[in-house]
Formats: sequence, C-alpha cells, structure tokens
Amino acid sequence: MEKDNQGVLWEVFIQVKAGRPFKHVGSLHAYDKEMAMQSARDLYTRRNEGNGIWLVKADDIVSSQSVDDEAFFDPSNDKVYRHPTFYKVPDGVKHI
Amino acid sequence: MENAKKLEAFQAKIDADIKIEPKDWMPEKYRQTLIRQISQHAHSEVIGMQPEGNWLTRAPSLRSKKILMAKIQDEAGHGLYLYCAAETLGVKREQFLEWLHEGKAKYSSVFNYPTLTWADIGAIGWLVDGAAIVNQVSLQGTSYGPYSRAMVKICMEESFHQRQGYEIMVTLANGTTEQKEMAQDALNRWWWPSIMMFGPHDAESAHSNQSLKWKIKRESNDELRQKFIDKTVEQGEHIGLSFPDPDLKWNESSGHYEYGKINWDEFWNVVKGYGPGNKKRLAHHKDAHEEGSWVRQGAIAYAKKKRSIQKTA
Repeated sequence: MEKDNQGVLWEVFIQVKAGRPFKHVGSLHAYDKEMAMQSARDLYTRRNEGNGIWLVKADDIVSSQSVDDEAFFDPSNDKVYRHPTFYKVPDGVKHI
Repeated sequence: MENAKKLEAFQAKIDADIKIEPKDWMPEKYRQTLIRQISQHAHSEVIGMQPEGNWLTRAPSLRSKKILMAKIQDEAGHGLYLYCAAETLGVKREQFLEWLHEGKAKYSSVFNYPTLTWADIGAIGWLVDGAAIVNQVSLQGTSYGPYSRAMVKICMEESFHQRQGYEIMVTLANGTTEQKEMAQDALNRWWWPSIMMFGPHDAESAHSNQSLKWKIKRESNDELRQKFIDKTVEQGEHIGLSFPDPDLKWNESSGHYEYGKINWDEFWNVVKGYGPGNKKRLAHHKDAHEEGSWVRQGAIAYAKKKRSIQKTA
C-alpha cells in the first residue's frame, strides 16, 4: 500500500457579501476539489463569515518575491503623475 | 557581513511593527522558534479536544452537548489554522505529526490532567480557555504575519468558550450542596495547572528575551499570568468559590493580586511526560491517526481515479 499523506495545500478566499472582493483567509489540506470545498466551509465559515468561497491549489499561485526585493516595485515609485495630487488646478475650480 | 546587514534590516522592520511574511528573509533562529512555538500551539489545540471529548456522551443536557460539540469543533479548526501558519515556515504537515508522535514536539501540559467530573468541563472553559485567551490576545500582535492572522481569527471564535465554561460553573455554584462542592473541587484541581500554562517565571524562561526582542511574544510569561489572575479571581469570588491559594490577596498599592509559590517541580514533571495523562493522550492521538489511515488512502485513491477519468474523457 502507498504511504498516505495529508493531501495538498489549498488557499482559501472568502467573499463576505455580494459585491465585496474575495479575501484570503487561510489555507487547508485536501485531496480533491470537493473535499477542499467542504472543508473550507466547515473550517472558515462556521459563523456566517461569507457567502462565497474560492479555492486555489497553493502550487498554482504565482506570487511576487518578498518585500525585501524592493526593486520589483520601483517602476511605480517614479511615476508620481499617476496620482491626482500631482496636477495643479486653478483656485475656485470645483468638482474635478 | 551580508548576514549582519540583513539582521539589522530585519530588526528595523520588527521595531517598526512591520509584519514578517513567509518569503521575507528571517534569521534561522527566528524561523526555528516559530516552528517550535506555532506547532506546539497547534498540537495543544488538537490534544485539548481529548479531555473535553471525554464528557461529550455524558453532557447533562442536549443544550450542553451541542455547545460542547461546537467548542470541540472549534478547537480542531484552531489546530488546523495553526498547522497552516506553521507550514508557511517550510515544514510539512506530516512532519509536524511525526514530531508529535515521536515526543519531539510538545503540547500544553495542562491537557495531561484528567476531567473527572462535569464541573471540569466548566473549569476548563473558564480557566484553561481563559488563560489561553489572555495569551492569544497578546499574540495577535506577534511579528510573524501568518501566526498573527491565525490568532485574530482564533480570538474571535474563542470568546464563547470561556463564557460557556463560566456558565457551567455558575450553574453548579448556584445548585445543590453537592453541585457546589463539585464546582469548588474542579477549581481546586485546575487553578494551579491553569496559571502554570503561562510557563516558567521570566527569570527562568529559556526563550523569552530573544522572543520579546523579535516580537514573537509581546508580553512576558509573568505579565500574562498576572493579567489572567487579576481578571479571574473576582469572577470566582462572585459566584462564591474560593481559590486554593492561601497567599492570594489583593495588593492595593500595586493594583494586582499577589499569589503563592507555584509548584514548578510538578510543572516540569508533567512537561517531561510524567503527568497523569501524558501517555494516554499521545497514545490516543497515535491510534486515531493510524486508524484514520484507510480514510486517507481512500481519499488519495479516489482523487487519483477521478483525475485519470478526466484525462481519458
């Protein structure tokens, strides 16, 4: 018989209510999609925490490197003109 | 040289209350301390289900049975949140279980005491969960992101645990003479193990200083213990129970309760595995794990079969 294991790691995202973004709440172990969904319900929504669940296998997630690797986000730092506060508006002009 | 620089930057982040995330650089000792502490915490949640499970079939009413089941289910969930947090440090779930079964990983010694009467379920919720909550509220501010997030969720869920325990104590304390004696007896047996949960005094605590510097812990063992005692004594006195410590008294000038000498010989004896329930708790966990193997085997086979059907379809 094969040696058993604890299944693979899934990341769990929950939508608190319709219209809100899905937020990461934690992870769990499961062997397949159905089991992952049932476990996610039992583990992360015992107290009406949400009405939507997304599950992603942790191995399938592509993520940026750590915050220690600052250079990755540098391109956004030198483009202050992306923010509305960069622009001058004449005194008295409203609603812009 | 490079390491010294990294260490300095790491400490600067900690000092600025910036959380450390799994992919960030961290000192090896920080990682090891967290692996030990978080897995120990996870094991405690899981082993902690055993003394409570002992009363599940004998809970005095359907209401209390339902509540106890919900509480035990929460403990299982808390164990899982914590295993997940610990796994982000690069150790697999299977490894944590192996370390537990080999006796290399510890769990809170308090769960090695037996639950002799229904009042013990009250005392566990009120005192053991009460002490755990004081510790966990403090740990919400721990410097490691995944651990901190698990603590926030656990604290939110645990708030009912302490109240359900206290409610049992209140009911018994207002009951017949025998019921009141039962409540008092449970308090007598659980008080000292509960205040020992915070660990050795600061002067004797092996890991404390570095953990405080790295903000793995936010308050010292003695500070947390004092908080718990200050909160709890009045709750007991309010329902006419007395604490098994003749030296326990309010100190007006310090604004805290003074307490008697803790029997550390007993504490270390239980930590080292000679407590009343150590062998039984671990053996039970191993048995349950081994007996569950066919379920895991089945789930693995089922998932494999479904994948191959999808491929051929």
